[in-house]
Amino acid sequence: MSWFRRQKAGILTDTRDQIEIPEGQWEKCPDCSEPIHRRELEENLLVCPKCGHHFRMDSLGYFRLLFDDEQFELHDQNLFAVDALQFLDRKPYTDRLGDAQRKTGMNDGARAATGLIGGHGVSIGAMDFSFIGGSMGSVIGEILSRSIKRACEREIPLIIIAQSGGARMMEGALSLMQMAKTSAQLTLLEEKKLPYFVLLTNPTTGGVTASFAMLGDIHIAEPGALIGFAGPRVIKETIGQDLPSGFQRSEFLQEHGFVDTIVDRRELRNSFIHLLELILEKD
Amino acid sequence: MAKNSERPLLEFEKPLFELEQRLDEMRSVNEDTVEVDLSDQIEALEKRVAELRESIYRNLTRWQRVQIARHPLRPYTLDYIDNLCEGFVELHGDRLFMDDPAIVGGFVKFKGSRFGYRDRTVMMLGHQKGRDTTSRKYRRFGMPNPEGYRKAKRLMKLAAKYGKPVVTLLDTPGAYPGLEAEERGQAEAIARNLFEMSRLPVPIIVVVIGEGASGGALGIGVGDVILMMENAWYSVISPESCSSILWRSWDHKEDAARALKLTAPDLSDLGIVDEVIPEPTGGAHHDPEAAFSSVGLAVSSWLKKLEKRKPAKLIQARIEKFDRIGPYEIRNNGQAAEIHPPTEKSAEVNSATD
Repeated sequence: MSWFRRQKAGILTDTRDQIEIPEGQWEKCPDCSEPIHRRELEENLLVCPKCGHHFRMDSLGYFRLLFDDEQFELHDQNLFAVDALQFLDRKPYTDRLGDAQRKTGMNDGARAATGLIGGHGVSIGAMDFSFIGGSMGSVIGEILSRSIKRACEREIPLIIIAQSGGARMMEGALSLMQMAKTSAQLTLLEEKKLPYFVLLTNPTTGGVTASFAMLGDIHIAEPGALIGFAGPRVIKETIGQDLPSGFQRSEFLQEHGFVDTIVDRRELRNSFIHLLELILEKD
Repeated sequence: MAKNSERPLLEFEKPLFELEQRLDEMRSVNEDTVEVDLSDQIEALEKRVAELRESIYRNLTRWQRVQIARHPLRPYTLDYIDNLCEGFVELHGDRLFMDDPAIVGGFVKFKGSRFGYRDRTVMMLGHQKGRDTTSRKYRRFGMPNPEGYRKAKRLMKLAAKYGKPVVTLLDTPGAYPGLEAEERGQAEAIARNLFEMSRLPVPIIVVVIGEGASGGALGIGVGDVILMMENAWYSVISPESCSSILWRSWDHKEDAARALKLTAPDLSDLGIVDEVIPEPTGGAHHDPEAAFSSVGLAVSSWLKKLEKRKPAKLIQARIEKFDRIGPYEIRNNGQAAEIHPPTEKSAEVNSATD
C-alpha cells in the first residue's frame, strides 16, 4: 500500500503524554461496586471484568487498541487554542487552558493519527473528555477537519472517536461554527465515497452529537454511553418529570434508530477489521 | 405600531417610555382643547424623545441587545415574508412524522425590484415565534423539534431541484430540549442539515433576525453569507445558561453576554458574519417598516452577487468559508508562534464577483 508510508518508526508519543498509574491503586466500578486493581483494569482495556462497565479511555488508549501492533503516526501536535474572545468568567479562559494542559499533558482535547488497522490505512481523529470536558473549540475543529482532509488526500477510511460534553463555551460562536466546519468537510469525504465510521463513547452530547458524530456511514457505540443533544438535567427541567431509565444511553439510541451497533471495547478492533474487510473488498 | 401605553417595556427604555407618555398626554390635551396651542412644546418634546432614543440606542450593552432581540413586538419570520414577498405558499411537514410550527417555509415571490434587484421566486424559511400565549405555545416559543429541521431540509432540497435560492431567517432560543425530541434524533436532524446545506447547489443567504441560540439556530444556518441584524444575538449558548454553568448561578447573564461576544459587530470582528444589517434607532420593533427595508436591501444585493456563481464554485467557497472560521496558534520548536487563519475577514466572499 504505497499511499501509506510511516515516516518514523514506533509510537511518536512523549512519555509525559502517557498517564502514570501508581502501584497499588484500586478503582471501584460505578456499576457493580467491584473493587478492581488498576493494572487489571488496564489489562482488560478499562472494562470492568465483572460487569463489563466501560471506564473512559483516552485518545492514545484507542490508538494503541485499534492500530496494528500499536503502531501509528500522530499529527497536528503543534496546534494551540487562541483566546479570541478574551473570555472571562470566574477565571480567564487562558488559565483554564493552562490548567488543562498541565493536568493532561495535551495541547487541547483531540488527537489525530494515521496507521493500519488489519492492514488497511485509516485516519483517526479522537477526542479526550479529560481536556475541559472534551469541549469542541477551534483547535479540535481544526484537528478533526485535518483528519477528514487526510482521509480524502490518502483515499483511506476515516474514524472519528467522539467523547465530548459539546461545544466549548469559552469560544462562543467560533466553537459553534466548528460544527458547520467539520460537517462541511465531511461532504468531501462523501463525494469520494470513502467510508466514515463514528465511535460514540461516554459521553457524546451537545454540538458534537449534532454535527460529525451523527453523520457517520456506520455508528458504533460503546455499551452504556450517554449520547444525546440536550443534557438530561435540562430535559428533566423542561418536561418536569423524571427521565426513564436508560434514556440517552447507547442501547436507547440503537432502539430508536441512531446507532447501528453496540460493541464491547474488547471486540472493537476485530469489529473494525471485519467492517473494513467487508467494505474495502475488491471485486 | 402599538400605542405606547400597550407596549411591553424594556428596563433601559423606561426613561424614554416616561417621556413618550408625557408626549402622548400633551398631544391629547392639544387635540381636545381649542383655546391652548401646545405645538411648540410638543415639538420640543418630540425632539427630546428622539435625542434620548438616539443616545440610549447608541450605547447599548450586549445584554441590552439580547433583550431587544427578544422584544415581543420584534418582527418575526412571517412578518418579513409578508412584507418583503408576495404569494407565500407555506409548505408543511417533514414527510416522515409530522409538521413543526416552530419552523415555517415555502416558495414565495421576493419583491427584489423594490431594492434595485428584481422580483423572483425564492425558498424562504425560518424559525417562527408566537405573539400571544396560545400562538407562543403552538409555535413552541420558536424551539424546533427534529421534524422542523427535517422539513427545512426537504424544502431546501426542493429549492435546489428547481434552481431557486434559499433565504433562511434565524430566530430561536434553541432546539427544543424535550424527551421526544431526543427519541426522534434532534442531534441527527441538525447534523444532517449542516451536511446537506454545505453541499446545496443553490445560493443560501442566512439572516439572523433575532435570537441565534446554538445548534438550534445553526441547524438552518449554513450558507454562502451570514447576515445579522444589528440587535440580534448569535452564540453557542444563551447568556442565562452560560451563567448557570460557568458561574453556577442565574445572576450573571450580563457578564455572560459580555464574555460570549454575541452581538452582530462582535461576530463581524470574529469573521463569522459577512454583513451587519442596520436597524432603525429604537430597534426593529420601534419601526418594523424600516427593518423590513433594511433586510430586503441586504438580501437583494447578496442574491444579485451570488446568483452568478456556478454551483460547484458556490459549494467550494461555502465549505472553505467555514473551514477558515476559528483561530488557532501553530507553535513549532524554535519558531515564533503563528496565528491561523490570518485575521482578515472573509475577504474572498465579499470580493467574489464571478
